[in-house]
Amino acid sequence: MTLAIEGLCAAYGEIEVLHGISLSVEKGQLIALLGANGAGKSTAIKAIMGLVKPTAGRVLLDGRDIAGEAAHLAARAGIVLVPEGRRIFKKMTVEENLQVGGVVRSAAEVRERLADIYALFPTLGERRRQIGGTLSGGEQQMLAIGRALMSRPSFILMDEPSLGLAPLVVERVHQAIDRIRREMGIGGILVEQNVVIALGVASHAYVLMRGSVVLSGDPKTLAASPQLKEAYLGMG
Amino acid sequence: MEVFVQQLINGITLGSIYGLIAIGYTMVFGIIGMVNFAHGDVFMVSAFVALIALLILTTWLGMSSVALALLIVLVVAMVFTSLVNWVIERIAYRPLRGSFRLAPLISAIGMSIFLSNFVQVTQGPRNKPIPPLLRDVIVVMHGDYDVTVSYRQLIIWGVTAVLLAIFWYLVSKTALGRAQRACEQDQKMAALVGIDVDRTISITFVIGAALAAVAGTMYLMYYGVVSFSDGFVPGIKAFTAAVLGGIGSLPGAVIGGLLIGLIETMWSAYFSIDYKDVAAFSILAITLIFLPQGLLGRPEVEKV
Ligand SMILES: Nc1ncnc2c1ncn2[C@@H]1O[C@H](COP(=O)(O)OP(=O)(O)O)[C@@H](O)[C@H]1O
Ligand SMILES: [Mg+2]
Repeated sequence: MTLAIEGLCAAYGEIEVLHGISLSVEKGQLIALLGANGAGKSTAIKAIMGLVKPTAGRVLLDGRDIAGEAAHLAARAGIVLVPEGRRIFKKMTVEENLQVGGVVRSAAEVRERLADIYALFPTLGERRRQIGGTLSGGEQQMLAIGRALMSRPSFILMDEPSLGLAPLVVERVHQAIDRIRREMGIGGILVEQNVVIALGVASHAYVLMRGSVVLSGDPKTLAASPQLKEAYLGMG
Repeated sequence: MEVFVQQLINGITLGSIYGLIAIGYTMVFGIIGMVNFAHGDVFMVSAFVALIALLILTTWLGMSSVALALLIVLVVAMVFTSLVNWVIERIAYRPLRGSFRLAPLISAIGMSIFLSNFVQVTQGPRNKPIPPLLRDVIVVMHGDYDVTVSYRQLIIWGVTAVLLAIFWYLVSKTALGRAQRACEQDQKMAALVGIDVDRTISITFVIGAALAAVAGTMYLMYYGVVSFSDGFVPGIKAFTAAVLGGIGSLPGAVIGGLLIGLIETMWSAYFSIDYKDVAAFSILAITLIFLPQGLLGRPEVEKV
């Protein structure tokens, strides 16, 4: 299974912020989307999810163009999002958050999947009755990831999952991301500010600069590239 | 003492009706942030549906079992009113979503006027009575004055309790209820996990209307008459109940309803029956000034 975007353009009002970007990811593969603040990473993710309507280009899921479809259809098609800022349902319990993540599945599948998620994140299991809003930042991030996994997606998109977390917690989040790919065979796009970590877990990376892909390749080559630094500092 | 107990019984009855209507206000406000001005009129329409269904069953079809007739009337009113509210949401509110904030509110006021005028024109401007039914009472306390509970009151308590229990289960324990609460908290995120937000909003209107129809049927049975203008005052009182309980809070709507019912009956007994509606409106004003988030309303959780 492949998720690919081709020549994707997106705009806020009159201002175009994505100028025809292309990338692709296979099931079981994790790619990284890097770039400075304001480069257009979140917009690209939102365009895939249907939160932002692309002005041109295609979003292909196994060859089927899903660009511009309503947001709630993405999850049904097998693409889920761990959004910027986590956005867990704060007034619901941990378990309810996870159950909501599985709305597109049957009750029996949800029950089965809950066990998988609690195995992946034991802290969530211990806190299943706790109200989401009272979790720590790291726990909320795990809940956001767990919620996304509840629907048994083919692809998971993660927008800066380590933002605002303590280094040790960041480490654990990335271990989990790696396990998701290896053990569940899910494809992923990881948006990260932390280049070192992103390049450590991804098998391929794209660098965005002012709405265009300026660099792509395997992590080793990218890490050595002087252009990467430029893109990050937003110069050039 | 007898007067107090009697008014307590009457107040709980009235409060049950207000509470059932108030849930519709509070749920719609919770999910789309709109005060559904037409909700009182939807309640009034449901009472007319119940009236027509009851007359068809008893006078035309000659049904003799009052209990069975009432049950059928209740179901018919719930189904028909749900359908009406579903249509109202589709044509009057959904197209305005994403428009300026007051647009749906104005549309709701228009819908309220339309519904009451429509009923006035088609059903006539006068009070419509039903044949008297269930006149029996049980004396619960003897004294200078006998305190009684009527069969009608017992039915209202029973039906309200059963429906609130079903409703509570639906909202707190089912996938539908979780989807509903998810939409209340963060519509975008709800859509991202695969919830059809528009459909969930439709269902909210349907549930609110079904409970209003229960209230409408009980109201008709309790008072024996209904008129096209009966959407307004009970509607405002139920809205007051929702605000007093904390708009957006479901237990708040029920508690607010009971309080408004009790305040109204106590006020009528101890102060002045002529000013009983003023009491409700004063509570609305006082609540909005001194306790805007209501008894059980929580301050908005900060959004990330
Ligand atoms: N809702 C919005 N309305 C208008 N402009 C926006 C909006 N969101 C993002 N932008 C602009 O689009 C550009 C890309 O933003 P974004 O995709 O959030 O970047 P990144 O996630 O890489 O930091 C920025 O210039 C930003 O200011
Ligand atoms: Mg971003």
